[in-house]
Amino acid sequence: MRFDSPLAAVGHTPLVRLPRLSPSESVRIWAKLEDRNPTGSVKDRPALFMIEQAEKEGRLAPGATILEPTSGNTGISLAMAARLKGYRIVCVMPENTSEERRQLLAMWGAEIISSPAAGGSNTAVRVAKELAAEHPDWVMLYQYGNPHNAGAHYATTGPEILADLPSVTHFVAGLGTTGTLMGVGRYLREHRPDVRIIAAEPRYDDLVYGLRNLDEGFVPELYDASVLTSRYSVGSADAVARTRELLAEEGIFAGVSTGAALHAALGTARKADRAGEEADIVFIVADGGWKYLSTGVYTAASTEEAVARLHGQLWA
Amino acid sequence: MAIEVRIPTILRSYTDGKKAVEGAGETLSELFADLDARHPGIRERLVEDGELRRFVNVYLNDEDVRFLDGIGTKLSDGDSVTILPAVAGGMR
Repeated sequence: MRFDSPLAAVGHTPLVRLPRLSPSESVRIWAKLEDRNPTGSVKDRPALFMIEQAEKEGRLAPGATILEPTSGNTGISLAMAARLKGYRIVCVMPENTSEERRQLLAMWGAEIISSPAAGGSNTAVRVAKELAAEHPDWVMLYQYGNPHNAGAHYATTGPEILADLPSVTHFVAGLGTTGTLMGVGRYLREHRPDVRIIAAEPRYDDLVYGLRNLDEGFVPELYDASVLTSRYSVGSADAVARTRELLAEEGIFAGVSTGAALHAALGTARKADRAGEEADIVFIVADGGWKYLSTGVYTAASTEEAVARLHGQLWA
Repeated sequence: MAIEVRIPTILRSYTDGKKAVEGAGETLSELFADLDARHPGIRERLVEDGELRRFVNVYLNDEDVRFLDGIGTKLSDGDSVTILPAVAGGMR
């Protein structure tokens, strides 16, 4: 494969069957390796697409400043694209975010504004909205509410999956901004009306939940429940166990949120197998494990020890 | 028929502080009635007018029962039910 620039190389990721983790010959699990994007995560797709659409709409012009609340992958993707395209970028992220993430953002030239740790991403979103009001000339792409986030997956991820696997029956992905599930889900359903769209939502320990209360429940503007067929809530222990299983059984080194998506994919596969259905289940490998090495979950002697190491940390 | 039920912090006042209890029932509705017999008042916190309360999420083997058959969802021996306060969104 040949591309005219690094940015043109976003997408076109491999779809690989997982022969050891698939429950039977008739129920097959497939991994879409989004860690093979230029900055190493699925977020390269919406980041580049949101920037290019903003350019077309005339919202972004050379010399402009991009503003985004992000604790990780989206900011890294936006910062790389901003550097290559000549924009200034300001990321608002919680003050307790890891050193690796700060370095990754800084190396592509992003300026970081810290938001208070309490409230996590919700607080970062609020601070970013306040900054946007103070600086009307800054352009906030706002991944949680920008239809071009889902649009990127409708235009690229969905068509790639259908072209590679016309027999697809289920699509599973993590639920964050909801962009991947909304975009791929709508595209696949238009072409395969019976396709099942399944969300894997991270479920944190009580320790992390202690930072929030019920009134702070934040639903991204992009979320449309009618696109989903099912929704799994995956705890830290299952996410870590599946992340390690994916590495041990299939040799795929993925981030912890991918373990959560795999857990939902395996639950879906088990149900299909019991029901005697033929199934081709695709799930998203959102990023590689590199940014999570310092947690120690990959090298811990046992899954129990790995879970203990992750205790109290945000992993998706 | 034994079903493990995981209880969120805010409801542990009904279970003597226990994180998980056991219950029985053919459906989620029957399970909640069974739990209420030993933990009086807990059903009221989960069910309103015969439906799940709006700010309560219930998961059967990690799958949201609102996408299954709600409070009528059928249960099997060895299933795991998780009750959680509703919080949406994530970290990206």
